[in-house]
Amino acid sequence: MKTLTALATLAALGLAGTAGAEIRIGATVSETGPAAFLGDPEAKTLKMMVEKLNAAGGINGEQIALTLYDDGGDPNKARTFATRLVEDDEVVAIIGGTTTGASMSIIPVAEDAEIPFISLAGAIEIIDPVKEWVFKTPHTDRMACQKIFEDMQAQGISKIGMISGTDGFGASMRAQCLEVVGDYGIEVLADESYGPTDADMTPQLTNIKNTAGVQAVLNPGFGQGPSVVTRNFRQLAIDLPLYQSHGVASKGFIDLAGPEAAEGVRLPGTALLVGDLLADDDPQKPVVTAYVEEYQAAYGEAPSTFGGYAHDAFAILVDALTRAGSAEPEAIRDAIEQTAGLAGTTGVVTMTPEDHLGFDLSAFRMLEIKDGAWTLVQ
Amino acid sequence: MAELMQFLLSGVTVGAVYALVALGFTIIYNASDVVNFAQGEFVMLGGMITVFAHMAGLPLPLAALIAIAGTAAAGVLLNKLAIEPARGAPVVSLIIITIGASIFIQGVAQLVFDKQLHRFPAFSGDTPIRILGATILPQSLWVLAGAIAVFVGLWAFFTKTLTGRAVLATSNNRLAAQLVGINTNWVMTLSFALSAAIGALAGVLVTPITNISYGVGIAYALKGFAGAMLGGMGSPIGALVGGILLGLIEALTAGYLSSVYKDAAAFVVILVVLFVMPQGLFGRKSTDRV
Amino acid sequence: MTTKRVTLLILAIIVIASPFFFPSNYYYRVGSLIFVNGLAVTGMVILIGYAGQISLGHAGFAGIGGYACALAPVHLGLHPGLAAILGAAISGALAWAVGRPVLRLKGYYLAVATLGLGILVSMVLANEAWLTRGPDGIEVPDLGLNDLLEAVGIDLSNSQFWYFFSGLVLVIGAWVALNLYDSPTGRALRALHGSEIAARTVGIDVARLKLQAFVISAIYASLSGSLLALQNKFITPDVAGFMHSIEMVTMAVLGGVGSVLGAFFGATILTTLPQVLTVFQEYEQILLGLVMMLCMIFMREGLLPSILRALRGKDK
Repeated sequence: MKTLTALATLAALGLAGTAGAEIRIGATVSETGPAAFLGDPEAKTLKMMVEKLNAAGGINGEQIALTLYDDGGDPNKARTFATRLVEDDEVVAIIGGTTTGASMSIIPVAEDAEIPFISLAGAIEIIDPVKEWVFKTPHTDRMACQKIFEDMQAQGISKIGMISGTDGFGASMRAQCLEVVGDYGIEVLADESYGPTDADMTPQLTNIKNTAGVQAVLNPGFGQGPSVVTRNFRQLAIDLPLYQSHGVASKGFIDLAGPEAAEGVRLPGTALLVGDLLADDDPQKPVVTAYVEEYQAAYGEAPSTFGGYAHDAFAILVDALTRAGSAEPEAIRDAIEQTAGLAGTTGVVTMTPEDHLGFDLSAFRMLEIKDGAWTLVQ
Repeated sequence: MAELMQFLLSGVTVGAVYALVALGFTIIYNASDVVNFAQGEFVMLGGMITVFAHMAGLPLPLAALIAIAGTAAAGVLLNKLAIEPARGAPVVSLIIITIGASIFIQGVAQLVFDKQLHRFPAFSGDTPIRILGATILPQSLWVLAGAIAVFVGLWAFFTKTLTGRAVLATSNNRLAAQLVGINTNWVMTLSFALSAAIGALAGVLVTPITNISYGVGIAYALKGFAGAMLGGMGSPIGALVGGILLGLIEALTAGYLSSVYKDAAAFVVILVVLFVMPQGLFGRKSTDRV
Repeated sequence: MTTKRVTLLILAIIVIASPFFFPSNYYYRVGSLIFVNGLAVTGMVILIGYAGQISLGHAGFAGIGGYACALAPVHLGLHPGLAAILGAAISGALAWAVGRPVLRLKGYYLAVATLGLGILVSMVLANEAWLTRGPDGIEVPDLGLNDLLEAVGIDLSNSQFWYFFSGLVLVIGAWVALNLYDSPTGRALRALHGSEIAARTVGIDVARLKLQAFVISAIYASLSGSLLALQNKFITPDVAGFMHSIEMVTMAVLGGVGSVLGAFFGATILTTLPQVLTVFQEYEQILLGLVMMLCMIFMREGLLPSILRALRGKDK
């Protein structure tokens, strides 16, 4: 029966497609596959926001038509869907590329076709060097490293151990961290890794524990790995500060790791997680609270940081479309580049021709888990 | 010393998981000569159904029972709808059918459940047990006990009971088994139900350690398959030893050599063992069919 | 006409005539993916269809072919086209080195050994980040052939160029495979597929033959990986992953692994299916799984042979 509904919706979409006055935007995210728990909230967020915008009358009187594909996190599929969005669906902008690999595969398509592309993936090479048609919303993993090292420096920590996931997220952040760690006078004494589906990391953590001089441990990773690391960390009674990455910055992490094991874990996160703790004059507060409420109402669960990335991408695009007053890719691109002071869930975005991310380290908040809840480190 | 002990305990923790999955492979293989690549999905179903039944307010033991029973039913359906109709198909077709089933079950699971990671609390708390300066979580002992209990149960089943021997007979020669009055269809149904139930049990036991989500099945299937092959396909002792050995190799490699290549080490060992003993450590010598 | 000529003619017609029905440039992209997959699958026909061996690790060779195109131009200064040939040579050499022990195994044991081999390759590609830049992938230089064509006045878009180029490579690949089928080696391979023991008793060097099929199919997979990398201008270790290996085998068996045309048909179906299924959104995976199961249950020799038989009726 659900199939019938799907078919009916499809037919309706087909009819709507002939109606004309509408702005076509495209998205390809990994709703399924290994990065599904990133891509799923992204897709849900986009659907929710498009619906809301259209119900409110669209942009300058025109409705938004969103074409959304699931690339399963496969870069080759992402490229095919990007081609399809550009050539067949004739969209004027693309949001997507949940993983860095997928984003990097979409970039040549967007650049060739001269269609603006807002990426939802972390790696710095997406926007550095700057590419004319490519923007992104999440902090770079390098920024996450810098934020963490700043905090370590403030704590007087100068020798650390690292344990990273071998998936794209973990490996990329590990590489970035190793690159900037020297700037903070911090030395990495132990450098271990684990597979994304591993059940036990005690051998690696034992090696870190037995490395003389380690003052803190950093775990770049996402998915189930970090919660296993956190539990194993307590199991081995390692009496050192544990830093996680923004890859686990979502409500679920505390439940997955267990509130006891997660106690005292620090990580750089977005305003999204601590909306109610923000100062009332914080420009991000109203944005974050509204998004969390809407998402909760629509899907009965709290949104994750990753959903927030999609929220920001869509907000930037809508803002640009409104200002551009035209749905020509070129005009949209120029308008995105002129985004100024737009408060999103990740930060307050101000783009320039040299900066296609639009915010700096201060957009990250250092969070600590206390009594099973996120708190802001002052 | 404490270090080595920790590596060994870690290896046993992980190995027990692999062993449980490998044991699930054994029954279906024995009954039908099919390696069921959807075996990992049974593990996933066991964990996910328990999580959602528990969230719906059922007490954990009841939720787990429902999960095991539900997964066993899924196993029976898999046999009736996909494996029986394909009887006599070549190995490669059977691999594709069971992988198709695995994709199908994943697709259903992400619709019925969700795409997030889940976990429920460990059965006996999270206070580590100390052994010779190393530690192990009580839940790991549950997994290990589960693997050993399933092994003993299977061993007794295949050697001591008439039904178990009927399964083996069916595997050896289906026609002959039918001629001596064995209801081979019933044997197949039973095998898939048992195998799925064991997979689901693994899911229930493992979830507090590794978390669960709709997509974890294929990783379990690959490791379990590898463990079963290392031990020798079809042999319960082979599955138990192969699985635990695989876990130990990974943990020792991660501890002493390189954590990046621990999975590689496991596969290298499997390749070497297969080159030297093409039937695995405990496998039966099979004869060529001319 | 012989089967060989018919097959080549049909493939050539498909490559040349299809674009007349393409509503947009996107269809060139899908078409070129079909040809790239078709090339890998032609290799599977030689391995599975002719020689009767299985591999669940051939994506590893595709990974080698792809990464050769990413790395050799940068580190060795090779032209990307030559890099593809270097990749094929490395793949062939690796297949030759491991083939002898691996191919002594049978059935599921062969499956797990090849599976391990593929996983080892993808692990090296993902983990040796100093060389491969890790799991997030690496850029691949442009082949440059399209620019060359443009210089002589043939102006093709990127998708169009790769469509025709991949199509050409596929037709050549099919020609080689079909010639092999008719050669003494091909006849010996088919004897081997029928019965290994019977083949041995008539004096066929079984081990050498299996190894030849394994090496040739590895080269096909490698070239298909190179083509994919070159047209995407980007490659990640996913191309060497387990699921890609499964995809290759499934395409070949689904379409009909006994013939080049059948396997190509399988590649067409499985490449277009995910594109068609997007309309079903969240039901996509369920349907894909169903199609795989139903085809294998009801059309065991593969889609194409089953359809042909149905068309011919039962008089054959």
